[in-house]
Amino acid sequence: MRVGLFVPCYVDQFYPGAAIATLQLLEKLGVDVVYPKNQTCCGQPMANSGYEHLTGGCNKLFIENFQGFDYIVSPSGSCVLHIREHLHDDKQPELAKEVAHQVWELTSFLTDVLKVESLPSRFPHKVGVHQSCHGQRGLHLSSMTELVAPGFSKPGSLLNMVKDLELVELDRKDECCGFGGTFCVVEEAVSSKMGKDRVADHLRQGAEYITGADMSCLMHMEGILKRQGSNVKVLHIAEILNSQ
Amino acid sequence: METTTTQDKNPPLQGAGGSHAELADIFNKDEDRVNWHDETLWWIRAKRDKSVHQLPEWEALREAASNIKFNVLSHLDIYLAQFEAAAKANGIIVHWAADAKEHNEIVHKLLTDAKVTQMVKSKSMLTEECHLNDYLATHGIEVIDSDLGERIVQLAGEPPSHIVLPCIHKKKEEIGDLFHMYLGTPSNMSDPQFLTETARGSLRETFLTRKVALTGVNFAIAETGEFVVCTNEGNADMGAHLADVHIACMGIEKIIPKREHLGVFLRLLTRSATGQPITTYSSHFKKPREGQEMHIVLVDNGRSIQLGREDFRNSLKCIRCGACMNTCPVYRRSGGHSYHTAVAGPIGSILAPNLDMKKYADLPFASTLCGSCSNVCPVKIDIHDQLYKWRQVLVKEGYTPKAKTVAMHVMATTLGSSTLYHAAGKMGRLTIKYAPFAVNNKLNPWYKNRDMPESPKESFGEWYAKNRKK
Amino acid sequence: MSSRDKILAAVAASKPEAKPLPDIEPFKHIGYTDVLAQYETVLTTIGGAVHRVNNWDEIRTIVSEKYNSQNVRVLSLVPELDDVATSAYEINPSAHQLADVELSIIKAHFGVAENGSVWVTEELLGHRAVPFICQHLAAVISASSIVDTMHRAYMRIGEAEYGWGAFIAGPSKTADIEQSLVLGAHGPRSMTVFILND
Ligand code: SF4
Repeated sequence: MRVGLFVPCYVDQFYPGAAIATLQLLEKLGVDVVYPKNQTCCGQPMANSGYEHLTGGCNKLFIENFQGFDYIVSPSGSCVLHIREHLHDDKQPELAKEVAHQVWELTSFLTDVLKVESLPSRFPHKVGVHQSCHGQRGLHLSSMTELVAPGFSKPGSLLNMVKDLELVELDRKDECCGFGGTFCVVEEAVSSKMGKDRVADHLRQGAEYITGADMSCLMHMEGILKRQGSNVKVLHIAEILNSQ
Repeated sequence: METTTTQDKNPPLQGAGGSHAELADIFNKDEDRVNWHDETLWWIRAKRDKSVHQLPEWEALREAASNIKFNVLSHLDIYLAQFEAAAKANGIIVHWAADAKEHNEIVHKLLTDAKVTQMVKSKSMLTEECHLNDYLATHGIEVIDSDLGERIVQLAGEPPSHIVLPCIHKKKEEIGDLFHMYLGTPSNMSDPQFLTETARGSLRETFLTRKVALTGVNFAIAETGEFVVCTNEGNADMGAHLADVHIACMGIEKIIPKREHLGVFLRLLTRSATGQPITTYSSHFKKPREGQEMHIVLVDNGRSIQLGREDFRNSLKCIRCGACMNTCPVYRRSGGHSYHTAVAGPIGSILAPNLDMKKYADLPFASTLCGSCSNVCPVKIDIHDQLYKWRQVLVKEGYTPKAKTVAMHVMATTLGSSTLYHAAGKMGRLTIKYAPFAVNNKLNPWYKNRDMPESPKESFGEWYAKNRKK
Repeated sequence: MSSRDKILAAVAASKPEAKPLPDIEPFKHIGYTDVLAQYETVLTTIGGAVHRVNNWDEIRTIVSEKYNSQNVRVLSLVPELDDVATSAYEINPSAHQLADVELSIIKAHFGVAENGSVWVTEELLGHRAVPFICQHLAAVISASSIVDTMHRAYMRIGEAEYGWGAFIAGPSKTADIEQSLVLGAHGPRSMTVFILND
């Protein structure tokens, strides 16, 4: 199995640790991982701002870099959702579709493709999981509180395999953190308030770490935690699953 | 909490102007109030959850409702004609209004014909959309809103901030002040029981003396020509049954094919709205009462245009339950008035641009696209996908600020080229300038409440080149 | 062109391709194991009162214990209960003379277990305002009339002719002031349903 590692632009630039953990974790699980070095971005920042028509360059690059892999795996639910729903190329529509279908978010890849049932990791801390909306409601990584359906959580199940880790229960299990791409600056007041409220829920439950499958939401919450001078840290789920 | 000076703290936003972001910014100046607003609405969302989880068939019901509405949209002209014929046969007088202006004129004419200068009105978001009260006021006609929440905002000189809970933004102390000022209650009385009793007494007088009553319509049945009005207070019925003339106003999308379809919609509507199994009153008006005149005004006001927009026509499936507002994390923290349109929240943000793209260009951006709205919607409108699609339309039609367009082009160019991207990255991770969360980099609003991520010493790409030599 | 024709033409031009109606038959088979218990629980939860009674006498006792028809105006639309009422309903096209009614007693066609409502139509009421204008409302239904869900309710209504009809579920209420529930918004402050065993 040959897997292409898709590392979103902001993870590449600001959170290399999340990408390194993803790579090491997949390697540990016996996967042959390659990082195509000319990749950049999925195009979502422009698209969600209403400029999907400017994403041609990103689409082209993505297809060039990622065609031919068995799977493409990424530690970001949001970017994966964007590729799945919007990757297109008018010149080679079939190829674009094929590539789009091969993209997997890390926790669903571990759960549904690799069918991981145990992990050799240990993380002796209280952890709160942030359900990022695009991963949850878009990719169905977890059940959603709005729907009348059986409960499940792929990130939650994986974290439960980690030794000595204690998951905290949140008051609001799946409320948005307010990042929302450019929303975080265009609607600064509401975005910040949403972030504060989300962080407060984790703090109320005594979490030492906030984790999730999307670094962008974590970056937002980290910004708030740091501003508040909190000791609570954010970590991408790959970093916890990969910890010893 | 202290009761006075609420006026200065929370000025009425009607006509205040400003974009959603600006109005939301004002709303957020009072964090306690935001918390209170958020928690009140979240509580309603929780009641909704509790209620819908009692029905194992919930998702199937939503699917059925959605499909009935698809059928309606695809046969709307036929059902409208069928409804009109049946209603006429029932003795109801049917009027058609192409737009808000015509709607207001029709209602005005009916009032003039009845020789009255006063009317009692139960909740109708359509009349809010058409600004009927203002129109009638300029023609010397006084309208009294009979829904308690609507009466309260009417006294305050504000529009409703929520389609189901019109005064959800008001604290009881503020309502007590209003009642003190307008209804003569003692000052500092804010007990909801007492205030409701006062309104009951004052509105009973209104019901008994008004000759014309206007109501909204929740559902109209093509097959039978009847229409259904749902209230908890009984105000629509009190108005209609005591008046000589009953005027019911409805958007053309409120039609459903058959009576039995009410079984589906009435099960969904109130559970979604407040978690109740049904409203106290679900009134089926089929024929005028002996000696009464009954009018129906069918209003288009942009709906036929929306129906023609393939990407947005599904918004017409809306049954106005308000669930998308209650669940919306942005609505809960910005208040209904920040949407500066009659129907606030997620659904309002996909309806309003149809009427005026320029005026409402900000609304589809007042969302994180979290998708919770689409999940609670009882008729399964793809609300958050439509918000995304409106953004594309608004940009293409030129309704976004120039600076943003320039920034987006720069970003697209950078991210669309591996060379430029890596060069930008090497500049000491100054990409922060181009990073998605800092695009509108005027004074970088990010930094107001949030710290920047630390710049690591190398990017993942650089780390990989050193550590994985393949 | 009239607005009517303009609207219909615009709609015809804009509408999407025809979509079929869904099959709602399966919903009609959903039911409760104990319909009566469900009805009672729901009605109580939404602020109504329920009495299961075996005969009219029991209703008479309960009503007259609470309402002295000499002191307050009790209106009966149920011939069997005329003796606990101040008066039976007399035809009068104006409902305004009903403004002082303390209690209206009506019959309803049936109850709905899923939401605690009763279905009434105007022939049962004398005037449409009767169940709204009174301070308190009492309705009598037979135990065997209670249906499970709204789907069954509409099956039961079928093609019935009526000028006006309503589902009434509990007392008039509002929570418009800070979401505090207050019973007795504009209509009755209480609603009692008598379930007559048959
Ligand atoms: S869009 Fe859906 S959830 Fe929102 S008010 Fe309409 S029906 Fe309710």
